[in-house]
Amino acid sequence: MAPLKVLVGVKRVIDFAVKVRVAPGGHVVQEQGVKHSLNPFCEIALEEAVRMRERGEAAEVIAATVGSRQSQDALRTALALGADRAVLVELPGAGPEQGAGPGAGPGQGAGPPLVAAALAKLVEREKPQLVLLGKQAIDDDCNQTGQILAAILDWSQGTFLSRLELDPGSSSVRIQREVDGGLEQLRLQLPTVLTADLRLNQPRYATLPNIMKAKKKPLEVQPLEQLLGGPVPPPRLRVLRLEEPPVRQGAQRVESVPALLERLAALGRI
Amino acid sequence: MAAAVLGRAVAGAGLRVRLLRRGCAGLAVDDTVNGLSTEQRQLRQTMTKFCQEHLAPKAQQIDQENEFKDMREFWKKLGELGVLGITAPVEYGGSALGYLDHVLVMEEISRASGAVGLSYGAHSNLCINQLVRNGNEAQKEKYLPKLISGEHIGALAMSEPNAGSDVVSMKLKADKKGDYFVLNGSKFWITNGPDADVLIVYAKTDVNAVPASRGITAFIVERGMAGFSTAPKLNKLGMRGSNTCELIFEDCKIPAANVLGALSKGVYVLMSGLDLERLVLSGGPLGLMQAVLDHAIPYLHVREAFGQKIGHFQDCAGVILYSAECATQVALDGIQCLGGNGYINDFPMGRFLRDAKLYEIGAGTSEVRRLIIGRAFNATFK
Repeated sequence: MAPLKVLVGVKRVIDFAVKVRVAPGGHVVQEQGVKHSLNPFCEIALEEAVRMRERGEAAEVIAATVGSRQSQDALRTALALGADRAVLVELPGAGPEQGAGPGAGPGQGAGPPLVAAALAKLVEREKPQLVLLGKQAIDDDCNQTGQILAAILDWSQGTFLSRLELDPGSSSVRIQREVDGGLEQLRLQLPTVLTADLRLNQPRYATLPNIMKAKKKPLEVQPLEQLLGGPVPPPRLRVLRLEEPPVRQGAQRVESVPALLERLAALGRI
Repeated sequence: MAAAVLGRAVAGAGLRVRLLRRGCAGLAVDDTVNGLSTEQRQLRQTMTKFCQEHLAPKAQQIDQENEFKDMREFWKKLGELGVLGITAPVEYGGSALGYLDHVLVMEEISRASGAVGLSYGAHSNLCINQLVRNGNEAQKEKYLPKLISGEHIGALAMSEPNAGSDVVSMKLKADKKGDYFVLNGSKFWITNGPDADVLIVYAKTDVNAVPASRGITAFIVERGMAGFSTAPKLNKLGMRGSNTCELIFEDCKIPAANVLGALSKGVYVLMSGLDLERLVLSGGPLGLMQAVLDHAIPYLHVREAFGQKIGHFQDCAGVILYSAECATQVALDGIQCLGGNGYINDFPMGRFLRDAKLYEIGAGTSEVRRLIIGRAFNATFK
């Protein structure tokens, strides 16, 4: 029963508690000087991988991200949380913070198709048996990268995981998925791409000794072009306009159903 | 179809609830402006998350009941995080880091609960750091590991009912009798006194020494040693939950091996420790000021930022003087911002003021701090 090699994809996102504002120009969100952190679902994915290593099921946990140089912070956190080494696939040119960046996805990062292409190249290089991702990033809510990656690799996929067990023999996993109708149990053959949902686990804190140990763990920077072995494809999406949602109006009270219908008609809603 | 939409909405709400529970309940502190290293920023992130989840929800109850019921368990969690022995060597379980890292942790704990922050400061700096700096190998091996893991709670005792600012006039006597010292007298205002397993106690081994400071020796006392007892904890205006009490010594026998530092040279242990105490405890008022902002600003929709400076020893007295007096004023302003609600105990503002006020008195009164700063200035002109 050979222990697995696990690749965990993580993303650096604007912290959930920050009040997000649209930058002047109306195309991107303000990111300069704004607090960022590791995407919560990525943290959960990483925690699951580290627990597998602690149980002896995994031999090595590699954390990877596709982003600007600043994404190194997210990788340092991943190392402090237990990853063995980290890889930054660096986007060319100015970072998304400056409003530029190829493959500009709605979240101002590289976007799921490009991230999946980069991760696929890393998989080719590192040959993990298991790829763990968060189900979605909290900035763009795309929920696509894991699925696209599985398709590129022609691997099985298990998304919205709330439980993961490695079968004895390490050639398959038993998973529980949270789906609209309830909970689904599946068995998947390795290698596989899995995405983590909220209830999969409760991530640990980065303790001070682990933060200090992480300083010595390897963090490799790979330019995206080099990894892809060719020019970075142009963006598939162009953001036309980004607006804050309209300010919420107070509710209006009406006395009766006919009055309600009259109101709605006057507003042109019916 | 409707169930699908509802399911997604509930899943999103679940994440928000979980993150709000364990994430930052307050404002983000701009650590780029503060010039912190990557590791220091991560340390602050860990402490903010941990304290907002595990301490902040209990802070009001701790204050009302004048007791931190889960203190022992919390101490072990702090030990696991590696923040009890920040300045201690790795061989005893410490993190071998610097005072800025210690101040960061002090700030974040105080931000969640001023009282627990004070107890943490007394344990990790007053007790542990003094042992690190003055203990011999045997003493460090015996006492540091459990203090650093959080299994034991530490304290330090110098003040007496008539020896506060004039601490060298202390009266607790230590008479040498063979392989033991016998202590008689008492200490007062001792933080963690009721709970401590290990205490550093200063006593007079030579009451006739001239000047009086030359007769002081530092000892390591263990709870349970015959002749050592504690009086019931004090009922204080603020810092409630950081238990404080009188220590009573009645023919208390301390082995000579427990002398900390050199005989009758205790004043050097004491005074040099005080500089570092001022430095680390200045994180307390910082955290309290941040807590005021955390609660007042959402109330007011205004933004600000804070910075820190760490410098030479005379600057340490300056920094705690400045931050302590600022904290009281900021806390008063915080109450004013909330208006009538600031006066109601259901809101935390009153507790921030009561906790902040302590820092103008304990760990050195503002008056003494000004004396020290004045002397330091004069010395530079000699």
